[in-house]
Amino acid sequence: MGTSTTVKTKFELKMGVATREAYGQALAELGKTNPNVVVLDADLAKSTYSAKFEKQFPERFFTCGIAEANMVGIASGLALSGKIPFASSFAVFLCDKGYDQLRMCVAYPHVNAKFCGSHGGISIGEDGPSQMAIEDYALMCALPGFTVLVPSDEFSGRALVKAMAEHSGPIYMRTGRPKAPIIYGAEDSFQIGRAKVHGTGNDVAIIACGLLVAQALIAQSQLEDEGISARVIDMHTLKPLDEPAVARAARECGAIVTAEEHVLEGGLGSLVAKAVALSTPVPMEFVGIQNTFAESGAPDQLMEKYGLTASNVVSAVKRVLKRK
Amino acid sequence: MTDRTAPSVDELKRIARRMRVNLVRMIGAAGSGHPGGSLSEVELLIALYFRVMRHDAKNPNLPDRDRFILSKGHGCPALYATYAEAGYIDSALLNTLRKLGSPLQGHPDKRILPILETSTGSLGQGLSIGIGTALAAKLDKRDYHTFVMVGDGEVQEGQNWEAAMFAGFHKLANLTCIVDNNRQQLDGFVKDILDPAPLAEKFRAFGWFAVEVDGHDFEQVIPALEEARTGKAGKPTAIVAHTIKGKGVSFMENNPEWHGIAPKPEQVQAAVQELEAAVV
Ligand SMILES: Cc1ncc(C[n+]2csc(CCOP(=O)(O)OP(=O)(O)O)c2C)c(N)n1
Ligand SMILES: [Mg+2]
Repeated sequence: MGTSTTVKTKFELKMGVATREAYGQALAELGKTNPNVVVLDADLAKSTYSAKFEKQFPERFFTCGIAEANMVGIASGLALSGKIPFASSFAVFLCDKGYDQLRMCVAYPHVNAKFCGSHGGISIGEDGPSQMAIEDYALMCALPGFTVLVPSDEFSGRALVKAMAEHSGPIYMRTGRPKAPIIYGAEDSFQIGRAKVHGTGNDVAIIACGLLVAQALIAQSQLEDEGISARVIDMHTLKPLDEPAVARAARECGAIVTAEEHVLEGGLGSLVAKAVALSTPVPMEFVGIQNTFAESGAPDQLMEKYGLTASNVVSAVKRVLKRK
Repeated sequence: MTDRTAPSVDELKRIARRMRVNLVRMIGAAGSGHPGGSLSEVELLIALYFRVMRHDAKNPNLPDRDRFILSKGHGCPALYATYAEAGYIDSALLNTLRKLGSPLQGHPDKRILPILETSTGSLGQGLSIGIGTALAAKLDKRDYHTFVMVGDGEVQEGQNWEAAMFAGFHKLANLTCIVDNNRQQLDGFVKDILDPAPLAEKFRAFGWFAVEVDGHDFEQVIPALEEARTGKAGKPTAIVAHTIKGKGVSFMENNPEWHGIAPKPEQVQAAVQELEAAVV
């Protein structure tokens, strides 16, 4: 049962490039093979890495200035005329300043436009909360017909950007600022809507996305040392959620922990909880941002202070096992 | 692309009258809607669809068709009536406006009425979409033109000026913005709420070519649109069309009450009588 694919790895922490850089790399590749791909940015091309595309295909790159709403509208018009626009900015500016446009010009007419919000979550560090998107999953998942992706490392990032171009319909991808631990290899394939399952543990399932997947994998090996067998599910597609993978995890493990770099309202945890409630209700615990804005600091310090590390995942597992 | 011979101005005036009658009737039948801003658009839409735009009702998806985006989506009854006149939809559909299951939704909905270029209804966004279609035309080396119609209240939305800045900077000569300058918005007169005047000068300051016309006079509207269509200005064109909200129905004209309410049956009758009695 289930459509998810299983990956067998013993996790080693080795740093790769940031998912935002993977986005830029994949765009530059796409530019070579797909002449319909056009790229837009709102004065953050160096940060979102869309500049990698600009460098190679300047005639298909439009910098819109600091005007996100207009950028989203332009992307819609390009898509309506048969182009495949990829528009990027910091997730917080793209989703929050462009939300009405994402709703009206993109989701509602269901145009084939792609969006990438970089600098997702609090792991951007020193720039502080004004630049940190902690609500983009909820915003984007709430738009009918949108697909929402969160890659966990550079390999899943590049593969999912390619999948975005092949998929028809509006898609949002969140990428992150810091270098991300490598989880996959070039041989791994990714399909929108199909989670990646790591391990076959049956005591608990840890469902994570983005940088929290690596933390979940660290937690998995720590738990194994304590005799607790966990499976980790990389839910790189928040919408459409891989409900069969969730249902199977609930049925086979009987306890679920979710982990995400997002507020607990309306993010991965909420989405998984709904799927669990509709299939096999089991106890759940949630790792995420607790109804607060973060602050400036080093990324690692912030992840620790706001409870987004492997040890927070381990504690959540222990709590949920007591309720099993 | 257009296979019929261009109708004369007298013929256009007769179409305008018929459309106004249809508008009043369909909004009356719907029991809700926006008569004022629909009646002010009539000549502008007719000039576009019967004289200026390259389009073909039998081939609505032609890649080279000119694009029209009604940014002020609440004025869609006039667009639907134009579609009926131009042969895109059956005029029998007009009386289904706003009814459950009708393709003629309260605001334009491309999902249900695919001949629309896009869906609108949240003001301030159409010009950006028009930039997208105009850029795509340039990328694809196609010579279709994009026309966007906005309201004079709508231009209070800041996104219009992001778009104006972009289109002016990029010299998008294949883009035209028509302002239905009917001097009213929802709560009252534009001059009392937040006056965007002088509009033509604002567009010029953003790098546009701008003209002002009487938006009900075909002899002014058609040449202005045709000139814009040529793109000879080398920059985007703004046409500030001075219009009368509720035009043609005396009890609606210049009365902000008629922005968003439907006429009752006896009011429909009075309006139709007046429209049909008027000399064109
Ligand atoms: C973003 C947004 N805010 C508010 C409205 C509600 N609304 C609908 S029409 C209108 C007034 C529009 O005035 P104008 O642009 O001058 O149009 P017209 O006079 O031609 O009807 C308002 C405020 C809306 N549709 N979209
Ligand atoms: Mg007005």
